[in-house]
Amino acid sequence: MEADHVDRLRHEGRIVIVGASLAGLRAAETLRAEGFTGSLTMIGDEPYEPYDRPPLSKAVLLGKASPHHTELPHRREIDATWRLGVAATGLDLTAKRVRLADGDEVEYDRVLIATGVRARPWPKEAEAGLDGVFVLRTRDDATALYQRLKSGPRRVFVIGAGFAGSEIASACREMGIAVTVAERAGAPLVGALGGTIGAVAAELQLENGVDLRTRVTVTELEGDSVGRVRAVHLSDESVIEADVVVVSLGSLYNTEWLNGSGLGAGPRGVACDAGCRAFDFRGIVTDDVFVAGDVARSPHPLFGYQFLALEHWGNAVAQAETAAHNMISAGAERRPHMWMPAFWSSQFGVNIKSVGVPPMGDQLMVTQGSLAERRFIAVYGHRGRMVAAVSFDNTRWLEFYQRQIERGAPFPVEFPTMDRRPEGRKPVAADFPDPSLPTHGPTVTLSGFSPTDRQLVFTPAHH
Amino acid sequence: MRLVVDLNKCQGYAQCAFLAPDVFTMHGEESLVYNPRVAEDQRQGLARAVAACPVQAITADGLDGAAEPTAESAREASHGS
Ligand SMILES: Cc1cc2nc3c(=O)[nH]c(=O)nc-3n(C[C@H](O)[C@H](O)[C@H](O)COP(=O)(O)OP(=O)(O)OC[C@H]3O[C@@H](n4cnc5c(N)ncnc54)[C@H](O)[C@@H]3O)c2cc1C
Ligand code: SF4
Repeated sequence: MEADHVDRLRHEGRIVIVGASLAGLRAAETLRAEGFTGSLTMIGDEPYEPYDRPPLSKAVLLGKASPHHTELPHRREIDATWRLGVAATGLDLTAKRVRLADGDEVEYDRVLIATGVRARPWPKEAEAGLDGVFVLRTRDDATALYQRLKSGPRRVFVIGAGFAGSEIASACREMGIAVTVAERAGAPLVGALGGTIGAVAAELQLENGVDLRTRVTVTELEGDSVGRVRAVHLSDESVIEADVVVVSLGSLYNTEWLNGSGLGAGPRGVACDAGCRAFDFRGIVTDDVFVAGDVARSPHPLFGYQFLALEHWGNAVAQAETAAHNMISAGAERRPHMWMPAFWSSQFGVNIKSVGVPPMGDQLMVTQGSLAERRFIAVYGHRGRMVAAVSFDNTRWLEFYQRQIERGAPFPVEFPTMDRRPEGRKPVAADFPDPSLPTHGPTVTLSGFSPTDRQLVFTPAHH
Repeated sequence: MRLVVDLNKCQGYAQCAFLAPDVFTMHGEESLVYNPRVAEDQRQGLARAVAACPVQAITADGLDGAAEPTAESAREASHGS
């Protein structure tokens, strides 16, 4: 029965992918690669074909790539009907239809939700609307910001020192532009890597001439008489003149279009099972609605089956491939999404990479190199197990640590043969902020809540 | 031609920067920066870089006719647009 059904689906089914970006494209390619010959529709609200975002805060701002030319290469022909520049506005689970902003409806047998996240805007609307205030998520954002940076601003002010904010600050310094970075935590990258590694990132910024302000919040963006931003007010009462402000406060999930659909979707993304099948609002798994990429959160066996929401490039690719495979496979052939979390960043000429889930770690050990040299591997531990490793300019070792994490290697780390410096011989606190305090935009968020609790305040379950 | 590098895989071996210096450059010790849109006259260098990357981190399309690419890139190239 099921085999017949899946067979028909593979050959003449209708699959709709909502969100035509990295996850959407890689899912489409996988469907075709695995023999799906039915109809495929790609719906994307941006008017562009799928493009790559990581270069937008790196190569593009450095002038080494055009913001108009980061389209992703196709791995194969996908023979899809493209509906670009039109948003999906609703999902009818019973009638199996996606509603579009232009009034059209598209029927599906299986649908993939890959609508990602968007930049969290500056909360005060009038201030956010001032000329010179930017966010950076889309190609249009990058075009506008790059134009402004090229015109030689006197000072750029970056709100938020996560990865994106730090990369933007790095690009500004490289262009010789004065830049101030404000961060609520005690150092940059604290949400993703903790305070101990954050202190290294802080030194990196200071040495490169960034005016770094930590433990402050921005209270007001001040405009001039013609509506251009001219100054930024901080909680420590200081006022800094700047003609460009980049708001880099993390992201919001693109799930509003699913309101009322009956899916377990909300401000924490769309929850799904390990096979990428979305949960409905009762916590019951659907069988024809799949999720992948930044918008998804799914349980990971290696990390205590916690629901991980990973806003990482590699996760979008791997989850899209798994979702696509499962969409056209019968029960027993389905695969769980067990990708090892990993991401990279490049700032101030330093290559930063991470595997595993650093925010889960409460202690870390520097197992190679040293923090002072800013060339090291730091291993994060939680309850006697290795849960993550971060490298600064030491990428070739990372795979070794990835295998260790996969095997549940013990923490504190004991490799008698490794080149360990004095600071590496004993674990120190990883120094993540108190998770019960609200923070903006960690690159990894952990939560253990049921998808029915759509309005709950976020508190990671492991603390 | 378009390309993307999976920088999770990339180990900074700089083979690509050596073979196609107009497309790939190193930024600092081991960060790779590249231009994802490659001009026609870079085709050969790009094809060599794709084939030479020891971890097969580079995906490019429109490379048909490239000499001896790896299995992965050959599949990708022959299906590229
Ligand atoms: C500036 C920047 C730098 C980054 N750097 C790194 C990095 O160094 N390393 C790393 O690992 N990751 C990085 N990332 C993250 C990486 O780009 C994302 O993880 C990846 O893009 C996720 O892909 P996705 O397809 O899930 O979502 P997205 O790329 O967000 O795509 C979702 C798409 O769906 C569209 N959409 C939303 N709602 C609707 C709707 N209702 N109807 C139709 N379409 C809709 C959106 O407009 C968008 O085009 C970076 C991201 C940015 C923005
Ligand atoms: S050859 Fe491959 S591993 Fe080496 S720098 Fe280029 S992409 Fe990275």
